[in-house]
Amino acid sequence: MIELRNITKYFGAKKAVDTISFAVEKGEILGFLGPNAAGKSTTMRIITGYIPPSRGTVVIGGNDILTDSLSARGKIGYLPENAPAYPDMTVYAFLDFCAQIRGFSGKDRKTKTEEIIDRCFLNSVKHQAISTLSKGYKQRVCFAQSIIHDPEYLILDEPTDGLDPNQKHEVRMMIRNMAAEKAIILSTHILDEMDAVCTRAIIIANGRIVVDETPENLRKKSPSHGAITLEIPKGNPKKLIACLKSIAGTKSVESLTTEDQSLRVRVFPEPGSDAIAEKILSELIKKRYRVKSIFVEQGHLDEVFRMLTTEASMEQDIDFKKKRLSKRLRNLPDLRSQRLKQPE
Amino acid sequence: MNMNQAKTITNITVILKRELGSYFGSPVAYVFIIVFLMLSGFFTFNISHFFEMGQADLRSFFQWHPWIYLFLVPAVSMRLWAEERRLGTMELLLTLPVTLPQVILGKFLAGWIFLGIALLLTFPLVITTLYLGNPDLGAIFCGYIGSFLMAGAYLSIGIMTSSMTRSQVISFILAVVICLFFILAGFSPVTRAFSGWAPLWLTDLVAQLSFLTHFASIERGVLDIRDILYFVSIIFFMLYTNATILENRKTS
Ligand SMILES: Nc1ncnc2c1ncn2[C@@H]1O[C@H](COP(=O)(O)OP(=O)(O)OP(=O)(O)O)[C@@H](O)[C@H]1O
Ligand SMILES: [Mg+2]
Repeated sequence: MIELRNITKYFGAKKAVDTISFAVEKGEILGFLGPNAAGKSTTMRIITGYIPPSRGTVVIGGNDILTDSLSARGKIGYLPENAPAYPDMTVYAFLDFCAQIRGFSGKDRKTKTEEIIDRCFLNSVKHQAISTLSKGYKQRVCFAQSIIHDPEYLILDEPTDGLDPNQKHEVRMMIRNMAAEKAIILSTHILDEMDAVCTRAIIIANGRIVVDETPENLRKKSPSHGAITLEIPKGNPKKLIACLKSIAGTKSVESLTTEDQSLRVRVFPEPGSDAIAEKILSELIKKRYRVKSIFVEQGHLDEVFRMLTTEASMEQDIDFKKKRLSKRLRNLPDLRSQRLKQPE
Repeated sequence: MNMNQAKTITNITVILKRELGSYFGSPVAYVFIIVFLMLSGFFTFNISHFFEMGQADLRSFFQWHPWIYLFLVPAVSMRLWAEERRLGTMELLLTLPVTLPQVILGKFLAGWIFLGIALLLTFPLVITTLYLGNPDLGAIFCGYIGSFLMAGAYLSIGIMTSSMTRSQVISFILAVVICLFFILAGFSPVTRAFSGWAPLWLTDLVAQLSFLTHFASIERGVLDIRDILYFVSIIFFMLYTNATILENRKTS
């Protein structure tokens, strides 16, 4: 289990991470999301022991990262942001170095290195210097480094950044297949990736956790979750909307686009009303409408993301303005006394 | 030997081998060795007139080492940490299950071995003295050991300044400045100027800090335990400072 206990990190006066606590069990894949500069990478650096927190601590499978750092670090695999690797080494030499540092020697060392090169599709560049690799390949080399020792805990900072769609898919599959016996934390800006891979999502903004949910529950927070979108051949939009509104259980109706041949509307149900799609359908058929398509919206993750993170940053903005104002008020008497002195 | 010690030694050697590999993987290493050999030759033959002196010892060779090292050793050490910082590989390295002292020792020893190899390549000079006369081989051996120790002291200063910055150039300049201080503290024009007004004990104390003071008997081929202790403690102090700097970077 990876357990964060009240992690706070200041850079000078700036609070990059603000009392973050959560625990990740084996079998979980935690998606770590947030806008730029939210504090994702900083949190991951604290978890892996690269920078110490200003307050709080992290416990990795029973070992405290501050007091028992070496044992804790031995259990972690870490892919840092931007996938750093020694540019003057060949892929093989680099991974061989990592295998040795991870404690493999003799025959093990060779088999581990060969095996990971195979698993991460690096055979074609095995003897190429890392400085000559493309970005995606560099990313893969560093990813390979993080799983070479089959760690119990895996921390991945934007693991699919720079990969082509095929490789993205491949890496996601690898992560999912490893998940059963590992606790994995990965950060990403791709919401679909989080949805496809993760069993749980934490969104942070301005260093604070704003939500900790499963991807499905997150989706349910979307305003369009459960809404019904209909497409109907061109007709009188007002009449259609009136008809839809008359159905019991609809809260509001919104017309989306009026294309040349068809009319698209979205019906938002009252909370708690079920089988609304069926009611709409039977009503429309009764009224002799031809329904081109109908579907129930699952909700959009990017809507949820925007809603949650802008709320948080607005709060911070207000805080900031309040502080600035009170500072100005405090300085006011000084200004006045200065002005009084001036005529002398 | 218990498990932990074995682990420590493997970690240090793995890091050492990687660093050595990256020295010899770049042309800079060969340029360094060539420049070092050329400078040693130039000073020994053209400035000190090795042949004309008609002495079968290497004093005129060792005597220039403090000055040659002043510029060459910081060039060897400047990349050790600065490059890791610039590339971001430091984040990788320091989250691996190795301790900071292990990494520092591995890096330091790699640089030291590299300098040792450069020093060993001056062996034709020893052969020349053998050809010229009947040199005291023990004195020459002591000279080499002493010079190697002093190179280590320069290197420890260089690795320490390298950990302060992500720029190799700044690391180089800082190292040269600090090493220059360690030379000048015992440089006779400076000590003479000093003794004009300062009390004797102070002049002595400052001179005792200097590489030159402690290298003086070594270049004659006398290896004193106090001089050895001096260079070893400089190395320890600088490597310790290096570790402190890196740890405090983390708390910033
Ligand atoms: N070494 C440092 N010194 C000062 N400030 C820092 C340092 N590292 C990070 N910060 C600040 O901490 C905040 C969080 O940065 P962090 O890199 O964790 O963001 P992130 O969530 O990973 O963003 P991104 O999505 O862009 O990767 C930023 O405001 C950043 O400027
Ligand atoms: Mg980041």
